[in-house]
Amino acid sequence: MSDTLLRFSNVTKNYYGNIVLENINFEVHAGEIHALIGENGAGKSTLMNILFGMPVIHSTGGYDGDVIINGEKTLIKSPFEAMDAGIGMVHQEFMLIPGFTITENIKINREITTPNIVSGVLGKRLETLDMIKMDADARKALDTLDMGIEEYTMVAGLPVGHKQFIEIAREIDKTGIKILVFDEPTAVLTESEAQNLLAAVRRLAKLGIGIVFISHRLDEIMDVADRVTVLRDGQHVATKDVKDTDVVEIAQLMIGRKVTLSRVQSDKRKISDEVMLSVKNLHVAMPGEMVRGIDLEVRKGEIIGIGGLAGQGKLGIANGITGTYLATGKVIFNGKPLPLNSPRSTIEAGIAFVSEDRKGVGLLLDESIELNIAFTAMQIHDKFLSNFFGYKVRNDHEIRKHAERMIKDIDIRCNSPMQNTGSLSGGNQQKVCVARALTQNPQFLFVSEPTRGIDIGAKKLILDLLLKLNEEYGMTIVMTSSELAELRSICDKIVIICGGAVEGVLMPEASDAEFGLMMSGSRAHVRGNDK
Amino acid sequence: MIDAENGGAFSRLKSAVGSIGIPTWIIAGLWAIVLSAGYYKGISVETLLSDTIRRVGMNGVLVLAMVPAIQSGTGPNFALPIGISCGLFALITAIEFDYTGASWLIMSILFSIPIAGVVGYLYGKLLNAVKGSEMTIATYTGFSIVAFMCLIWLVVPFSHPNMGWFMGEGLRETIQLDAIKGANVLNNFAIFNIGGEVVIPTSDDEKGQTFVITEIEKKTTTINIKEVEIPEVKGGGITPTFYIGDIKLPTVIGGKGIRIIKTDSTELPAVRRGITIPTGLLLVFAFFSVLVWLFFRSKAGIAISAGGLNPRFAQAAGLNIDRSRVWANILSTMLGAIGIIIYSQSYGYAQLYQAPMMMAFPAVAAILIGGATASRAKISHVVIGVILFQGLLTTALPVTNALFEGTDLSEIARMVIQNGVILFALTQVKRGG
Repeated sequence: MSDTLLRFSNVTKNYYGNIVLENINFEVHAGEIHALIGENGAGKSTLMNILFGMPVIHSTGGYDGDVIINGEKTLIKSPFEAMDAGIGMVHQEFMLIPGFTITENIKINREITTPNIVSGVLGKRLETLDMIKMDADARKALDTLDMGIEEYTMVAGLPVGHKQFIEIAREIDKTGIKILVFDEPTAVLTESEAQNLLAAVRRLAKLGIGIVFISHRLDEIMDVADRVTVLRDGQHVATKDVKDTDVVEIAQLMIGRKVTLSRVQSDKRKISDEVMLSVKNLHVAMPGEMVRGIDLEVRKGEIIGIGGLAGQGKLGIANGITGTYLATGKVIFNGKPLPLNSPRSTIEAGIAFVSEDRKGVGLLLDESIELNIAFTAMQIHDKFLSNFFGYKVRNDHEIRKHAERMIKDIDIRCNSPMQNTGSLSGGNQQKVCVARALTQNPQFLFVSEPTRGIDIGAKKLILDLLLKLNEEYGMTIVMTSSELAELRSICDKIVIICGGAVEGVLMPEASDAEFGLMMSGSRAHVRGNDK
Repeated sequence: MIDAENGGAFSRLKSAVGSIGIPTWIIAGLWAIVLSAGYYKGISVETLLSDTIRRVGMNGVLVLAMVPAIQSGTGPNFALPIGISCGLFALITAIEFDYTGASWLIMSILFSIPIAGVVGYLYGKLLNAVKGSEMTIATYTGFSIVAFMCLIWLVVPFSHPNMGWFMGEGLRETIQLDAIKGANVLNNFAIFNIGGEVVIPTSDDEKGQTFVITEIEKKTTTINIKEVEIPEVKGGGITPTFYIGDIKLPTVIGGKGIRIIKTDSTELPAVRRGITIPTGLLLVFAFFSVLVWLFFRSKAGIAISAGGLNPRFAQAAGLNIDRSRVWANILSTMLGAIGIIIYSQSYGYAQLYQAPMMMAFPAVAAILIGGATASRAKISHVVIGVILFQGLLTTALPVTNALFEGTDLSEIARMVIQNGVILFALTQVKRGG
């Protein structure tokens, strides 16, 4: 265990003065499986980008501190140099060519060739492929992984688990591979496939390869890793031997106490017993955020939080109900069934949606603030229109008046209502989205990731605004967010989504460990936590 | 304070200049160069400008047809020949029903609207089925329709003597609109000249001579060499002819406000026609521009624009994008149909068969040069674009003629310029869009 393959020493990285990694120290020994864990945005990807010399690091001014590989201080400037240094990565999304065989995929760009007449004249690129040697190499790599599949099989149509193995085979076929990074390798695998993969990871470690294992699944880490390093908000929280710790402790370290967005509650709020929205068996086909059968009840006047890790399906819920993505299931709103996959009827029923995809769905970036605010109300409720010889034409005066009021009420910082929304800051864009939702006069508001990409001051403003809407207008709100701290600061209860289903419901005062365990789907492993 | 105001004015000017794209400035600069080259070659700039204005009116509505298509997100309407075919069909139908003059024009437009409506609906449905490759599909749909219409022109059972061949079946390739009094119906409505002059030389040996200016009504006026105002030539569509001595002056169009002045030049007498303003034509272009502008301020128009700018936004707001796209293409096809009728009356001929094949390209080029992108077009883009594009083309032909005198290069040069400008415009199609 003394043979240190990779060491990060005081690595610090900032993007334009915004510190995303601070004084990270961790090391990987030969034959060790070192787990790296942290919430979304904790800095795991940035750390790996540094290791692989991704252009995004060097185009933003590089990093401070040292990366030491094999005892030598190394500055990796491009992914190619990383490859030369013996660092490999198994990607979350498969980078395979479906129409090629397994061998061809494993050997791509590293083909074994023999010279021929043409290549003698026209150069090395036209040499003949030595398929026999290549097949043999591929066979060897597959055997290392204990994979019986024929190397001449076409990749297209193979099950997901096999594709993952081919990715790994490609990495270990590279000569001199010393460090292998797995980025959430089991995220897309079934249970048995995941077990196979973990077995393969262990086998690779035995060969003396140092392994960095990134995962959200705590069980898995307990199962496979030797040591675990926890990152939180760019800080190195702890590195522990797995045998000295347990799931609860890791979960606690992962969530931690964040910058406290203090919880303000007033007595003006009225939560009735009446169920306003009831969702039964909702399935949503949102790529990357699949929802697989969710039941949910929201009472009038409540603020419900939906939390969970990225990719678990929390974002799919609001998108499914409001018709942005294809959904099936049963939704009752105000006692009446709400037709799914019809954004129009959702809006007509009095539901507004502030999308997490501000630039993609939320705004017309090339249009003015005022039109963005008035748009939906104009199209669905026929507001802001005047009659021009029996023809409905936009009423500039009313649009302007309304926009100016909104700009004042919710404090949108802009030069004029005619400014394009594309030129606003993230926080102000978000406020425009909220303003449009409010202009619809909704009884019910879905807000997804309301503070994504917004600085801390603006975050507070947005959250206060949501709270104010709830208090003063009795608006029922469902807020989806990746940031537990903000869910905890304003929600009455928080629904945690994992694997496309409801993992459990927690009160905002619940402990960090409870949140951590539930979010990583490891709750069942801890006794006495089944409320 | 003054500095601040100046700064404000300057930055306003800067933003106004900045809002016009570089490609637009490039074409404007090129036009200016060609115009000045023409001026130094002795080509009448006024004539060039008159032609430009006429061609702007001729092509304006065809360029306008691009706006709904672009705004809806289906890209520039490369399938303009579809609308053009509808318009031509309406136009010959009106001839077949024996309409002439202004009533022919009105009936042609009235016929064209329902035809283009139905065809545009089908075309919109087609575009919804091929989302993502609209531009290529549109281009070839346009070509196919032209080929299909060639069959129609041959078999359509119309028998008006002004349209058929002298022997055999089918319609003529080029139908003269003069014969049905349809040529220049709009152009000649309230047409007038600005700054037209008859210029008479004053070399020494001509001093004291009298010049006879004969008007078409055979009224003879004798004038001395001095500045004389001819009160007003009653034009009304009749072209007066002027004589100075025995020299017949070039035809004067319009006639209002023609002034005779003296000059020191010995090469003349000649007539400066001034700048001709085809009022009716420009009014019609303005009318349709306002109509389209109004449409895009309406609820339906704003919905179409939003769908083009950000389909996911529009969908999330509960709009039916496919329906918007169909509506936009109906509108575009109708404008194409009306556009070709206006174009034909100004050209004096209705051209059938292969003629509409390439007509989409100048229209697309014009709006792109005006500053539109594949997803954003305004009426200002139409107006600026059609002026620059037609200006450059109408100027380039006589100027290259003058530059390459005695050779056969002028037609080639014109092709190079026209297609060069179109190519340049098409490279701008994705800009910002």
